[in-house]
Amino acid sequence: MRQGFNRETMGMFKTLMLATALTVAVASGAQAACAFRNETPIRMLAASFPAWKAATDAMAECGNFQAELDLQFRDKQPAAMAAQPARYHIAGLAVNSLVPLLDQGTVRPLDDLVAKYGKDLLPNQLIRIDGKVMAIAILVNAQHLMYREDIYKQLGLSEPKTYDELLTQLETIKKSGLVQYPLGGTYRAGWDLATEFVNLYFGYGGAFIGAGNVPTVNNTSGQRTLEMMKKLTAYMDPEYLASDAPYVAKQFQQGKIAVSNLWATRAGAMDDPKESTVVGKVVMAAAPAAVPGGKPATTIWWDGFAIAKNIPDAEADTAFRVALEGIDGEMVRANNDLAVWLSKDYKPGRAARGAAESAQGGATPYPATTAMGLMQTALAQNLPGFFTGAQTAEQTLARIEAAYTTAARERGLLR
Amino acid sequence: MKTRTLLWFVAPSVALMLVFIALPLASVFWQSFFVTRTLFQEVTVESCQPGFLTQTCTTELRSQPILRDGKPVTERVFVGWENYRLVMRPDALVAAFSPGGGGWADVRQIDFWRALRFTLTFTLVTLPLVIGLGLVIALALNTAIASLRGPIIFVSLLPFIITPVVGALSIRWLFIGDGILTAALRWLTGENVIMFAQGWTIEVLLLTYRVWHVAPFAFIVFYAALQTVNQDTLESAVVDGASRFERLRYVILPHLAPFMVFVALIHLMDAYRVFDEIVGFSAQAHHISLQWLTYSLLMPDGSGSRAIGRASASSMLTMIGIVALLIPLLVRTWRDHHQKG
Repeated sequence: MRQGFNRETMGMFKTLMLATALTVAVASGAQAACAFRNETPIRMLAASFPAWKAATDAMAECGNFQAELDLQFRDKQPAAMAAQPARYHIAGLAVNSLVPLLDQGTVRPLDDLVAKYGKDLLPNQLIRIDGKVMAIAILVNAQHLMYREDIYKQLGLSEPKTYDELLTQLETIKKSGLVQYPLGGTYRAGWDLATEFVNLYFGYGGAFIGAGNVPTVNNTSGQRTLEMMKKLTAYMDPEYLASDAPYVAKQFQQGKIAVSNLWATRAGAMDDPKESTVVGKVVMAAAPAAVPGGKPATTIWWDGFAIAKNIPDAEADTAFRVALEGIDGEMVRANNDLAVWLSKDYKPGRAARGAAESAQGGATPYPATTAMGLMQTALAQNLPGFFTGAQTAEQTLARIEAAYTTAARERGLLR
Repeated sequence: MKTRTLLWFVAPSVALMLVFIALPLASVFWQSFFVTRTLFQEVTVESCQPGFLTQTCTTELRSQPILRDGKPVTERVFVGWENYRLVMRPDALVAAFSPGGGGWADVRQIDFWRALRFTLTFTLVTLPLVIGLGLVIALALNTAIASLRGPIIFVSLLPFIITPVVGALSIRWLFIGDGILTAALRWLTGENVIMFAQGWTIEVLLLTYRVWHVAPFAFIVFYAALQTVNQDTLESAVVDGASRFERLRYVILPHLAPFMVFVALIHLMDAYRVFDEIVGFSAQAHHISLQWLTYSLLMPDGSGSRAIGRASASSMLTMIGIVALLIPLLVRTWRDHHQKG
């Protein structure tokens, strides 16, 4: 990404101006970005969004580094990491994609590597499972409210605190005809739609899994969630079942929608003059609550990385150092607004407000467990039928529980 | 040819078919009766996640796989017809048609039957269209002047050359959101046309795309066959005063019949395994095919495991479906062959 490179070089020049050994640094050129020269080929698989692009670009500066950025990384990762040797040294993760890797024992404890190289890591970056550091978080992510401030001012609307409030505002926006569709939703059939359900369902106080791993989603919270989602879809692009996060972000950038509950990692792009026609007009805010006075109806995620177990220790050592180079202060300063970075060099800006306020408002951390992984899949496969009108809310929730039960029995979670 | 020589000639191909078709098939059949479970244990684990600038650590009872030598311990269980039962849901089927059941609306909520409904519609509706369109192009080309034939053949074959997924994706982009063609349709009709918002428009797109993609295959087969029509018969038909339509009906079509059976055979086999279009058009919310069902069972779920048993059952059922569809055509071919021989 050319623009990323420019920002990086800009950031680099600023650093250089401050550096005392100015002449030495200039002589070493672009290579100065990485503290060491990597000779071992290192491969990584991660999700595809701007923050990972920035981090992996910074890792690539060490040389011999190859990153595969793919939104379908969840499907590829478990098998690739279980291979002998692992197909990737570094696994880029979101909170829930760590679970399959832990379950299959394909990532290694990082305590010794952290002790050796991790002096710049913040304590809350260390993901500890049973006392051992199993992954390093690099950013916090959440779906939160983004809205067009200019449209809100023009129509005399104020920041919505609850979804019911948002619904009345959407009606006003729709009547005003200022945008093509008032609301953008990442309702693509599958994983995206399931995550939207999870966010709202927690907002209504629901729980997915009960003691003994039984499903507990067929209840009034589930029904209220589905009802609210259906109401919201009336204000969306009618093709919402095919809209994922990049698509909704683009609609926002092109000024086609006024409000969305979108990932924090897409916030920075709203102010990118090369892509966006709404620079400076989009305000980030906490996700609305589902019930009056409730916590923001969203889940807090983290993204980070883990190191493969099925690789030689020396390669793991190098991979860890390369990965740390990718999230060093230099990269964070150059790409400050692309994400809510977990770094002491991060300055929370305009783009971070939504995630920060959602988290401070008490939004639920995404509950990453094996059972929840099965639940997320059951949701992904059975929710679309509700929105196409093929099934009622009760039928949908019953189907989700049935699909979960089948999968959990096969998996060995339910006996 | 001596039988012995013949056997030597076909031996390599038979051997390859055994290794690459028969054995995998037997293995899939075998696997459709098993389920592999991971052994879990309940452990109290403290896990720490980053919150906003602070860390939240929780101690909770978690189900964790038992690891031995760094690998999860699994058990393979024979489950009989259970996987088939879970895929086909005969109980739900019976309930749907019992008094008080929802009938067809309930059946369509079971993935397998929903997929079968779409797959059959897709296969049986595209078949006559592909054969008809291929025939029309072939006949038209046969009467075109010779100098135009080369370019027309080239252009007509283009859809067939394009990789199905690539073709489907590009068509999708023409129609989704404010795509060029959707915008054109809006301009033409004055209505707000939205192609990907409801099931039937997507189904029309899927079917049309397949016809557009495969018709060139039918066309090229028929065009080649047209070159071998007995010219003497045609001329005597003209002498006897047969009209253009009668010549087509009584001379050309009977000659093309075996070729139509051939095209039908190939098309049924291909169309029943429809998959690329579902992915290319992201149609899975509205329509899924049997092949897509197998694929979705095979994809790792949120916990990283695959439903291999159910996927095997679903692919065995798909195969049985193809064979059932092909039987009438195969019987016909076999009879023709024996009558001639």
